[in-house]
Amino acid sequence: MSTLLDVKNLWVKFPTRNGIFDAVRGVSFSLGKERLGIVGESGSGKSMTGRAILQLIRKPGMIEADHISLHGQNLLDLPERQMRAVRGKQISMVMQDPKFSLNPVMTIGDQIIEAYRLHSRASKAEARAKALEMLEAVSIREPERVMKAYPHEMSGGMGQRIMIAMMLIPNPEILIADEPTSALDVSVQGQVLSIMDKLVKDRGMGLIFISHDLNLVSQFCDRVLIMYAGRVVEVCDADKLHQAQHPYTQGLLGSLPQFDAPRKRLEVLNRDPAWRDAPSVETGT
Amino acid sequence: MSSQPTSLHAWLTSETPASRRQARWAAFYKGWLSLKSNHMAMAGLAIILALVLIAAFAPWIAPHDPFVQDLGNRLQPLGTEGHLLGTDSLGRDILSRLIHGARITLYIVALVALIAPVAGLLVGTISGYAGGVTDMVLMRITDIFLAFPRLVLALAFVAALGAGIENAVLAISLTAWPPYARMARAETLTIRSSDYISAIRLQGAGPLRIIIKHIWPLCISSLIVRVTLDMAGIILAAAGLGFLGLGAQPPSPEWGAMISEGRRFILDYWWVATMPGLAIFAVSLAFNLLGDGLRDVLDPKDSTS
Amino acid sequence: MTAALEINDLSVYFGDHHDLFQAVKSASFTVEKGASFGLVGESGSGKSTILKALTGLAPQWEGHMSVAGRELDRKRDRTFYKTVQMVFQDPYASLHPRQSVDQVLTETLQLHGFSDINSRIERLLQDVGLGPAFRFRYPHQLSGGQRQRVAIARALASEPQILLLDEPTSALDVSVQAEILNLLSDLRAEHGLTYVMVSHDLAVVAHMCDQAAVMRNGEIVEIISIEDMRAGRTKHGYTSQLLQASVNRVA
Repeated sequence: MSTLLDVKNLWVKFPTRNGIFDAVRGVSFSLGKERLGIVGESGSGKSMTGRAILQLIRKPGMIEADHISLHGQNLLDLPERQMRAVRGKQISMVMQDPKFSLNPVMTIGDQIIEAYRLHSRASKAEARAKALEMLEAVSIREPERVMKAYPHEMSGGMGQRIMIAMMLIPNPEILIADEPTSALDVSVQGQVLSIMDKLVKDRGMGLIFISHDLNLVSQFCDRVLIMYAGRVVEVCDADKLHQAQHPYTQGLLGSLPQFDAPRKRLEVLNRDPAWRDAPSVETGT
Repeated sequence: MSSQPTSLHAWLTSETPASRRQARWAAFYKGWLSLKSNHMAMAGLAIILALVLIAAFAPWIAPHDPFVQDLGNRLQPLGTEGHLLGTDSLGRDILSRLIHGARITLYIVALVALIAPVAGLLVGTISGYAGGVTDMVLMRITDIFLAFPRLVLALAFVAALGAGIENAVLAISLTAWPPYARMARAETLTIRSSDYISAIRLQGAGPLRIIIKHIWPLCISSLIVRVTLDMAGIILAAAGLGFLGLGAQPPSPEWGAMISEGRRFILDYWWVATMPGLAIFAVSLAFNLLGDGLRDVLDPKDSTS
Repeated sequence: MTAALEINDLSVYFGDHHDLFQAVKSASFTVEKGASFGLVGESGSGKSTILKALTGLAPQWEGHMSVAGRELDRKRDRTFYKTVQMVFQDPYASLHPRQSVDQVLTETLQLHGFSDINSRIERLLQDVGLGPAFRFRYPHQLSGGQRQRVAIARALASEPQILLLDEPTSALDVSVQAEILNLLSDLRAEHGLTYVMVSHDLAVVAHMCDQAAVMRNGEIVEIISIEDMRAGRTKHGYTSQLLQASVNRVA
């Protein structure tokens, strides 16, 4: 499998009053044409990892890495102008809540068309046709009507599908999805996920799927990185997640209530300080 | 509580306070630390403290009596022997008048800062929490006050009440409260629907307790910020009334009145009007800087992290 | 006479008469004393609204509600709040940002007319698994799980018989969720509490409750025991649809 993205020894640092806080500590991984899950609890650095790839860490946060290469090109060497071209065109990102990502005073159609024309010099009519096509691709039934609607008229699931449509228009090679379904109801989650899955397969994209939900990731992804305190503690195939070796992963799984296997008490995760200090697990593709 | 001076910092920054007193002081100290790291705000605070000290010790600092006239020595330029900032049209020492004027300025500022925000807070929080008819009546009254230009309204009040500092303070306060009421109402509306207000309602707390103990503490910080930012406007309004002859009356050394007097000679003797103008500028700027710094410290959105 | 909570033909409305929205449509259910009852459904199904109507936070309702055999009026009195308490969904929003744990609990205890406040605060903190070291901290010095424990302590302060839990763990990490759910189970056993728990997570409801009402669009479509739910013995198609979606996450 060819490697699309290779991240080596990534650190994200934030200066605070009491010294430097490391949000991500030496994370390395590579991504091919696959669905890679990054799971962890809040504060584990999973979202920071996703944002650092696109250099979306706000000042005074700092990104350090040996390299973050996209097709051998180190993104860290690119000036901000070229980085802007990479964002969206080659790597896209879908955020958790579509409500905050869509402009409330523009119709959905106008927003998609604008996003498309930002990246290609297409005529308005071409962009419009493309937008309709994309809305159909994310299984929106009446794309003509949705084009004329404003974001507040959309439900959460619709909004998230529209976001995905927008992100996919420039035909990126990599999609980073940060908790894309956490704000949605279970039944809608399934629909959104299957759309993402289909697109990733059809277009041969690489997907980085960031989530706190272990069960979801194990069902949806090919490979999973488990992060704890800014490090990768374990990498495993998603379908073998339930045979995970690391005590942290086992603890997380054990603390989940299981619908079909009732227990009197849930396991409580005892955090071993040694997990913090152990080096990040390296991953081979 | 035995705390040596060396461990005072540690006691104040402890993440595990052991008593109510320590918890309160630690919260206060944390705010002070972050204010201290803002140099501009500290500069503003320094100017304001200096102003307070000058006002307190005015009779001992001022080189001359601010009211003694010396017509043989009128309109002396800057740097004249014994008159650092020169003299005005009646030969009075400008520096001494500025120093004594600080008292009047502070008096006005302090009174307005006490009356207007408190009135605004009361009206705004009651209006926001009660809703319905109460809200409508109170807000329409506020709108009526907001519809007039501030200085014109103050002029009308002073004209009706008679000239003088107390009436000027009253007039300025009457025109200054509506923005505070609007702000307090807007904040109350968001706070009212929050879970922690629902939670205390579920303990059986009545509206009065909720407004005073739970809504006020959250509104006050933004009001303080707003007041310090408005201070400059208040000083200028007082000076404006003085300038128009409707505030402090001559021979009182109020800064606005001093500018008004100096206006007649501004082309030939510029310093007579400029020096009190600079004083107003410095103090207004100081309040603005402090207000900006306080906003960073007191903003509840920031202090949660 | 063993019903802790009886709700009969309850409808709840939001908005004024021009733009009235019926959030709950004639819901009826009974919770036995000491039982744990779940309300499940997707967002907007009206499950939290039932709790709001019960506690008086949603005043526009009609129908009958009774707590421990007493019919509820429009206005709730002190005795009601001594019997029924609630834990909110988001511990980041349910604690006053400027009040320390001590202030929150002291005020709550004063409102309920207790006098031995110091010893009660110590016991409450112990009950929810927080040491005395936490007593004088402010919310921003606490983690999400610790905040939720404080919120639980506040709800327990008046020694209620019924605890309403509005998605008490959905804002927390799974490992913290396990701790809070264990704590809630322990407290129920210790104090003989009755729970009404709202959740969108079927696994959580199945873990905590004996019986659950499945809601959709403001209506209760089915009241089902957890055993039947596990065995897939559903009467309504929507319930099995929900079950399916929560087990097989990727459709």
